[in-house]
Amino acid sequence: MTNTNINLTLNIWRQESADAKGDFEQFKVTVSSDASILEMLDELNNKLEKEGKIPIAFESDCREGICGTCGLVVNGHPHGPLPKIATCQLHMRNFKDGETLFIEPFRATAFKVIKDLIVDRSGFDKIQQAGGFVSFNTGSAPDANAIPIPKEIASLALDSAECIGCGACVAACKNSSAMLFVGAKVSQFALLPQGQPERYERVMNMVAAMDEAGFGSCTNTYACEAECPKGISVTNIARMNRDYFMAVIKK
Amino acid sequence: MIKLDSKVPAGPIAEKWTNHKFNMKLVNPANKRKYDVIVVGTGLAGASAAATLGELGYKVQAFTYHDSSRRAHSIGAQGGINAAKNYQNDGDSVFRLFYDTIKGGDFRSREANTYRLAEVSTNIIDQCVAQGVPFAREYGGTLANRSFGGAQVSRTFYARGETGQQLLLGAYSSLNRQIKLGNVQMFHRREMLDVVIVDGKAKGITVRNLLTGEIESYAAQAVILATGGYMNVYFLSTNAMLCNATAAWRAHKRGALFANPCFTQIHPTCLPVHGEGQSKLVLMSESLRNDGRVWVSKKVNDHRPPNEIPEDERDYYLERRYPSFGNLAPRDVSSRSAKYVCDEGRGVNGGRAVYLDLSDAIKRLGANVIKEKYGNLFDMYQNIMDEDPYKVPMKIYPAPHYAMGGLWVDYNLMSNIPGLFVAGEANFSDHGANRLGASALMQGLADGYFIIPYTIGNYFGSEKPTKADVNGSEFQESKQQVKEITNKLLSINGKQTVDEIHKKLGHLLIDKVGMSRDEAGLKKVISDIAELRDEFWHDVKVVGKGEELNQTLEKAGRVADFLELGELMAVDALNRDESCGSHFREEHQTPDGEAVRNDKDFAYVAAWEFEKVGKWNLHKENLEFEFVELATRSYK
Repeated sequence: MTNTNINLTLNIWRQESADAKGDFEQFKVTVSSDASILEMLDELNNKLEKEGKIPIAFESDCREGICGTCGLVVNGHPHGPLPKIATCQLHMRNFKDGETLFIEPFRATAFKVIKDLIVDRSGFDKIQQAGGFVSFNTGSAPDANAIPIPKEIASLALDSAECIGCGACVAACKNSSAMLFVGAKVSQFALLPQGQPERYERVMNMVAAMDEAGFGSCTNTYACEAECPKGISVTNIARMNRDYFMAVIKK
Repeated sequence: MIKLDSKVPAGPIAEKWTNHKFNMKLVNPANKRKYDVIVVGTGLAGASAAATLGELGYKVQAFTYHDSSRRAHSIGAQGGINAAKNYQNDGDSVFRLFYDTIKGGDFRSREANTYRLAEVSTNIIDQCVAQGVPFAREYGGTLANRSFGGAQVSRTFYARGETGQQLLLGAYSSLNRQIKLGNVQMFHRREMLDVVIVDGKAKGITVRNLLTGEIESYAAQAVILATGGYMNVYFLSTNAMLCNATAAWRAHKRGALFANPCFTQIHPTCLPVHGEGQSKLVLMSESLRNDGRVWVSKKVNDHRPPNEIPEDERDYYLERRYPSFGNLAPRDVSSRSAKYVCDEGRGVNGGRAVYLDLSDAIKRLGANVIKEKYGNLFDMYQNIMDEDPYKVPMKIYPAPHYAMGGLWVDYNLMSNIPGLFVAGEANFSDHGANRLGASALMQGLADGYFIIPYTIGNYFGSEKPTKADVNGSEFQESKQQVKEITNKLLSINGKQTVDEIHKKLGHLLIDKVGMSRDEAGLKKVISDIAELRDEFWHDVKVVGKGEELNQTLEKAGRVADFLELGELMAVDALNRDESCGSHFREEHQTPDGEAVRNDKDFAYVAAWEFEKVGKWNLHKENLEFEFVELATRSYK
């Protein structure tokens, strides 16, 4: 850690509500290179509050890259220009003194802006509610070691299950497609024995909910994988497509 | 006068829960749908409770301040979840997990609750596997385990360094299924600001819609608080930014007793503080201590890079002081030891950090094995600290992490207010004065999946299914009170931001009610906090309006509550004139710095009744140990 101060020009998206017209507002800041970009916004907000101005609305929670709450587009990239991190893990040492930053919300038809940098990602919950589960009631589970699962299968399922539901894939996609997000959940269950009984019904239901929530379709640009903070692979989309195809045939 | 009745069932410890389940009243399936339950908070405890109650047929309304239940801070838990499965054949049992937990908590938890926790732990793993939680596996396909602090067996189940995420997503999936089936109605972006009491019973809640600022009322026959812990009272902690005590604290101000607030866990393996602008502290999973060795230089103010400090000039102080548990000594012991060596000036560069060194393990097992076990933790370290932990030992320092204290509950997890249940970190019940690693996930899920779904039926068994009227006077009065607080906060228009005052509170608390405490310091901090509270109510600046999305206002309400809770923590710490677990009083230690408990005078739960701001009355629940012998905790 070096702990030097750098000066930056920030262009931050301000928008009072979903229906209001938004625009960039410019701020000049001096920030420690050890700070994260959200800590920089904290500091800026404290300054604005002291001046009696309305602070910039943005969301974050765990600040460890796991909860998926934060999500800003920084210089055109969801979660910023570095690969495989969430916005909260973007440190200012990655920027140069004198640089100009553009900070925007995740933009997608299905993600309405609520205020400034906050968007509505409730479409994701609706997709999960449509089928992102194994149907059984508490208490009826067999012993955990009753079904052996090969180590590599468990590991592949976890690769998919690591999705943090942030929506960067949607924001990165020119079609605002949620295929990577949905594919990851479909894959997790399709890989595991627990997911087999509802495998084909699940993929049909989740895809239908995805379409209904207003997400676009996939045209294989792989921008989603490139911007995903957890590096979720597009293989998940292929798995989902295969299962969806099978489900249609079986129907 | 409040009479504390723990309602612990009679009989041998291993039969208490089974007998209790048989003796509890049942609600017949057709009648269950006549009962409404409000669940506040949908992390591990809340989501699992809401889902299970929905499955049983109750009508559930669940509330979260997040945009989605999947964001709750249970998601941040890294290392794992304990269960007495004994899959490793290394001598584990329900009794051993129970004993480790009660000893780890330095004999300040309720025996029967802790035993039950260990007992249902095995069901939790079955439940999660059935949900499709991809736990780590052995090559033969069976579940893998690792060991954690305070235990000499391997009973921790894990999913890389993301166990909390996977368990939460499991509970979230069960919750989603119940939402789809129409058994659970989910309310997002709502913050609970009051509990509504009708005829002495919890009958509803008052919430603020965080998008519109509207104050709303909801009614039910019972309310479950699963609202997490209060460690953000310290400003800097490993908790997520939004974690707060408001729901629990407002319930406290309506009469629910707050138990053992001074039992706060400072976790030994976190990243050191980088500067004043820092917003939170990041935890490095304790599981790293399985393969990592903790050390500092033997010299004071040693500025050499770690790789240039020769082996014989290093002090592996945990291995030296605690040879049998070594680097896996419990959290409170490890944290305090780190503080001592840094107080002596032997921290990294003479500052407040120690080394956590995995180089021996990397040599022994190879970088690939270490990567498989801890890869994401190493990546996280590199990202934040800008150093490669495969080459240079990690720097760590203790940070506020988990609240053992919380709302007082009986064996049924019901507070002293009938109908108000408390689950997960928000209650005080199972961990005593110190929680062992990988036991928080266990407790959250035990409470939600396997305990409250039974005990709430027992409560409903003698409760008529009439629902309170949300237009009734109690609901209106509560709404009015909430609005008054909002208006007051917005009207002060002082000079300091909410964060500035919160930071001041944090400094006071970490200094005087942190890893070590003493009488003079506690007395001083009690008056300092009262002064700071006064400063807040005269000089805070909260911009914006009440009837809109206003994050500053949200924070202000939470900090206002922290300013009262912080004082109670100090009051409790002053009252508890002994050292136990996380609560270390300088006055009570052995010549070599170990905690000295006073079982004669302090083997009780301190449950505080709110009288007015800055004034509480103490109620004691005596802890009786029938099945374990009170022993001096030794990890030597």
